[in-house]
Amino acid sequence: MSGRRIRVLIAKPGLDGHDVGAKVVAHALMEAGMEVIYTGLHQTVEQILNTALQEDVDVIGLSILSGSHMPIAEKLMAGLRNEKAQDILVIIGGNIPKRDHDTLKAMGVAGIFPTSTRFETITGFIKERVKVQ
Amino acid sequence: MSVPAKDLKGDKKKDEGKVRPVILESGIEIKPVYGPEDIKDIDYKRDLGNPGEFPFTRGIHPLMYRSRPYTMRQYAGFGTPKETNERFKYLISQGQNALNVAFSLHSQMGIDSDNPLAEGEVGRVGMAVDTLKDFEVAFEGIPIDKISTSLTINGSAAIMIAMYMSMAEKRGVKLEDVRGNAQNDILKEYIGRGTWIFPMAPSIRLIADTIEFCARKAPKYYPVSVCGYHIRESGANPVQEIAYAYCIARAYIMSVMERGLHPDEFVGRFSFNFDIHGNIFEQVGKFRAARRLWARLMKDEFGCQNPDSLQMKMIAGGGGGGLTIEEPENNIVRGAYYGLISALSGTQTMALCSYDEAYTIPSKKAALISLRTMQMLVEEMGLADTVDPLAGSYYIEWLSNEFERRIKEEMKKVDSQGGMVKLVADGTIQREVSLQAYVLEKRLQNGQIVKVGMNKYRQEAAQEERAVEFHEYDSKTAKEKIEELHDLKATRDSDAVKAALERLRTASQGKENLMPYIMEAVKTYATVGEMTDAMKEVFGTFKEPVNL
Repeated sequence: MSGRRIRVLIAKPGLDGHDVGAKVVAHALMEAGMEVIYTGLHQTVEQILNTALQEDVDVIGLSILSGSHMPIAEKLMAGLRNEKAQDILVIIGGNIPKRDHDTLKAMGVAGIFPTSTRFETITGFIKERVKVQ
Repeated sequence: MSVPAKDLKGDKKKDEGKVRPVILESGIEIKPVYGPEDIKDIDYKRDLGNPGEFPFTRGIHPLMYRSRPYTMRQYAGFGTPKETNERFKYLISQGQNALNVAFSLHSQMGIDSDNPLAEGEVGRVGMAVDTLKDFEVAFEGIPIDKISTSLTINGSAAIMIAMYMSMAEKRGVKLEDVRGNAQNDILKEYIGRGTWIFPMAPSIRLIADTIEFCARKAPKYYPVSVCGYHIRESGANPVQEIAYAYCIARAYIMSVMERGLHPDEFVGRFSFNFDIHGNIFEQVGKFRAARRLWARLMKDEFGCQNPDSLQMKMIAGGGGGGLTIEEPENNIVRGAYYGLISALSGTQTMALCSYDEAYTIPSKKAALISLRTMQMLVEEMGLADTVDPLAGSYYIEWLSNEFERRIKEEMKKVDSQGGMVKLVADGTIQREVSLQAYVLEKRLQNGQIVKVGMNKYRQEAAQEERAVEFHEYDSKTAKEKIEELHDLKATRDSDAVKAALERLRTASQGKENLMPYIMEAVKTYATVGEMTDAMKEVFGTFKEPVNL
């Protein structure tokens, strides 16, 4: 396989400032050979969408620890539909209770990786789901 | 039964081949046995001193918990001020003797409940505050002259301090008698936690404003609690936790000295917030070393003589980074040991993370278990009976020495690279800390660091969530809060609000202390968002250096 590497946007939506998980996963993805763009803190869903489109990413990884993952995911998925960019794979990490997983998946979130997920589970999932030309 | 001496020797030899190396999180290598040789250079008077005497290694008070047990201050707050008031009263009725306010994220960021940016956040992780009215409601019926309150607030700290003080004044407490403290440590927010608003220079100015204001007008109030805690939680090791916190404290001290105050006039009202998870002895050594080093730094570097300035006062609590999402009940046990660490370390104040915190806002049940843990240590287990009970242990004294040496080295490293303010501005510290978090996480994942129930003895099919009672976020909270805010806005004197905000904006352009202007605006029931925006117009916002 030649050509470009998998491009991932790691994003911190909303006001939550806990960014250890986001940064740690970003390092793991880079070590696994992916290109990672990190948004920094306090991003609105609109800003995340814009960056994702501009940077032409294959994956958006949201990191949320404040408990507001449901409204944020809903907004992002709607935004992607509007932009006809549903081919971008959306994954979520952080404090995501199991009881919310089914609803998130029904919204179109492809993968949910709660706190303490192993790196290879995340990198393996992305590599399997993103077919880079 | 006695064992012949030669057999013992033989056993020792046999065992030596099997000894695994032990390296603490701080990078300190630990021997299996310590003895008099390891502490032969210690001079009791110079290096330890009696409790309550320089250099305060053994504690800042002569009798410590025998005369004043540690304060118990569980972090609490959610929903509306009324709901928070109920939780406060519950905790007090159960024997808690101090409060620690959790604020909603938008309030921490200087954003009002009715701002679209606050959508989904109102009252979620703490109490939503828009105006002075909210403080009046939150503290209604609470004896603020007896119960001291800590505000866990940073980016919008100057405003929240002004609100607390204005509320107290309205209740008839004189400014000079107001007790309590605020976190108000912005430099660590840039490193960890992330609730920054303004760029660094005006943010540090605001902190200096609060320190100067308190020193002159509210001398019983502790305006700053410098947090190694969040820096450690973000990936720093225990040596860096203390070193970075002290470098930050030094930056605040110097910014206040520029206003003509001597450190002895204000450093006595500094406190610290440190983390308690991990290896028991490592933390105890860390805290004893930290107390000694602070006394020496303040004396030698800043010429402090006031004993209050030389005494490092701390809340040693939390420990969230040590808790696991797997088998959450195990966190009750971990919390008990973290409490033990904190008590053995001579803390002034304790708070424990509750076992369900990885999932949700602590339930009443979980918060009560944490409170009971702290009470048991003091009242059942003898932790308050004698001061600094581990003093004189070969291991602990050696470890305390080793810690002091390493913290000093780490501080020198920061200084030689240009100092804390510069290294935070260009993102160097953030990068160092996040790289370390990555290494730590890798060591956890490959089992080099053991977390029972998580990476060892793990139950794959465990249904952890059944052990946790979720705090349901109610979107009605936001609706209710926004309606209240709009009602209040309709009844306040809007001309007075406008004028006060304009004066705050103008003063922000100059060099005057902003606290009187903020206090004035607060009293007109100007909102957190309005005051923040007035300052934002002048100061701008922080641009995060994003470098992985």
